[in-house]
Amino acid sequence: MSTAAIETRALRKQFGATVAVSDLSLCIPRGEVFGFLGPNGAGKTTSVKMLLGLVEPTSGGATLLGAPIGDRRTRARMGFLPEHFRFHDSLTGREFLRIHGRLLGLRGAPLERRIDELLARVHLLDAEHRPLRHFSKGMVQRAGLAQALIGEPELVFLDEPTSGLDPLGRVLVRELIEELRARGATVFLNSHLLGEVEATCDRVAFVKQGRTVHELSLKELTTSFDVELEVDRTDDSTLSGLCAFAHDVRLDGSVIRLRVKSENGVPDIARWLVGQGIGIHAIGSRRKSLEEWFIEVMGEDQVPG
Amino acid sequence: MPGLLIIAQLTWLEARRRRIVFAALLCGIAFLLIFALFVYFSGHYGRHASPMSLLGQIQLQIVTLAGLYAVNFLVVALAVMLPVDTLSGEIASGVMQTLASKPVRRAEIVIGKWLVYWVLLAAYIVILAGGVVLLMRLLTGFTQHHLPVALALMWLEASVLLCVTIAGGVRFSTVTNGIVAFAFYVVAFFGGWVEQIGVMLGNVNARYIGTAISLVSPTDALWRLAMHLLQPPVMAQVQLTPFSPASVPSAAMVWWAVAFAIGMLVVAVRGFQTRAL
Repeated sequence: MSTAAIETRALRKQFGATVAVSDLSLCIPRGEVFGFLGPNGAGKTTSVKMLLGLVEPTSGGATLLGAPIGDRRTRARMGFLPEHFRFHDSLTGREFLRIHGRLLGLRGAPLERRIDELLARVHLLDAEHRPLRHFSKGMVQRAGLAQALIGEPELVFLDEPTSGLDPLGRVLVRELIEELRARGATVFLNSHLLGEVEATCDRVAFVKQGRTVHELSLKELTTSFDVELEVDRTDDSTLSGLCAFAHDVRLDGSVIRLRVKSENGVPDIARWLVGQGIGIHAIGSRRKSLEEWFIEVMGEDQVPG
Repeated sequence: MPGLLIIAQLTWLEARRRRIVFAALLCGIAFLLIFALFVYFSGHYGRHASPMSLLGQIQLQIVTLAGLYAVNFLVVALAVMLPVDTLSGEIASGVMQTLASKPVRRAEIVIGKWLVYWVLLAAYIVILAGGVVLLMRLLTGFTQHHLPVALALMWLEASVLLCVTIAGGVRFSTVTNGIVAFAFYVVAFFGGWVEQIGVMLGNVNARYIGTAISLVSPTDALWRLAMHLLQPPVMAQVQLTPFSPASVPSAAMVWWAVAFAIGMLVVAVRGFQTRAL
């Protein structure tokens, strides 16, 4: 059995002259909650659609749960909540879940029990006999989430799963993702809400113009601190001496910037500088947020999409 | 196969809940009421009480054919309107994404939807055309012969339009698809007239052009054949009624229409299999 839930090799999609995804190469291990980040138009949704077999790649390939894209048996082990959560709105909440459960091969009492569980979990039990067209936006999105989870999937794609939800709904999504993680499912999360990604994901990939430009473990994010130093001597010997305590040491004007693995490293740096007879004018450390990472990785040429 | 039946069930639920079936039935019943009133007040009511003259029989045959002519238009409209947004609408709105990401073949999605509409059209034809014939029987005593084969031809005509509209829905937007499907029917209608005029005037070129148009769009040819079969041979031969075709399509046209409908369904399935959703 392949250990990767998703493995893509130079996946590319071109619509006429427009390149939506130019070169997507990812390896997402099973059980990981993976965030897929990028500005609007970066090719995130097209990438998800290719992985789900909704859009045929122009070139490249991918495997999901060890099977090639489009494998029908594998699709029974996957769940998907689309970005524009539009469903057959004349169906009631229960009918909607029943139809999608049956398409996954579920039948009879086990299916009805699963529907009961999910309706209760997404707080829609009271509305189970109402048509979806009478649901609020948030209710439709929660019904969509229940639909994505009905087959107890091993791999779940959530494309902007909280776009229509209030803060309570967002907490619910975070809890559902935690439950999926706890039972070993893999989650592929597309979201613009970086705080949410930071709170739920194990790892993220930044995609720009249809290409993965950076991958980052969020564990690394929480254990990495940026330090800024203003000292009276910024020569090469000072910089090389600081390399013993930190990495990514660089001089930015009169400020030395470096990265340490723990805030405890900062006093050591201060002691070393004093020991070298270097005067310290200012010293500060802070953890870089995912948003700052995003802006740094995407570059300053990006404009709001 | 289970996927196809689930899609068929979903399509039926949608058609019922969106009151498409109800609206179609309501229009059909309204038409039958108007038709009954026309027959009642036009002096044809109660003719079966006395022996019918040949002229009387011809009049009743014309009234029946007029009723079936109107039914044919309603069926044509339904064959286009029923499936016009079933694929295009669901693709444009994104509804199709959730469905197609499930372990169901795309062919099952197309055929499941088609199957429900195909059966609905058959039921609609039986109810409306059967209603016209039954009203004539009850109100005037007139008996329509060769009804089953004529209804089968009307169903085939509706099936061709259904398949064309479904195939169009794979690539076109809903409005464009509606325009294309109606144009397909109008072209056939026009081709039928060209062929009729060609035969009546002895213009071979016009007749060939009309036949060629019927090959491209065979719906009108099927209706003309149905009308021909519904009339007693003598009436059809002397073209006594406005519904007597001057040029009667051959049985080969029926087989061509069957192949055409199947071909269109294959085009729809193939197109949908590669369609980006």
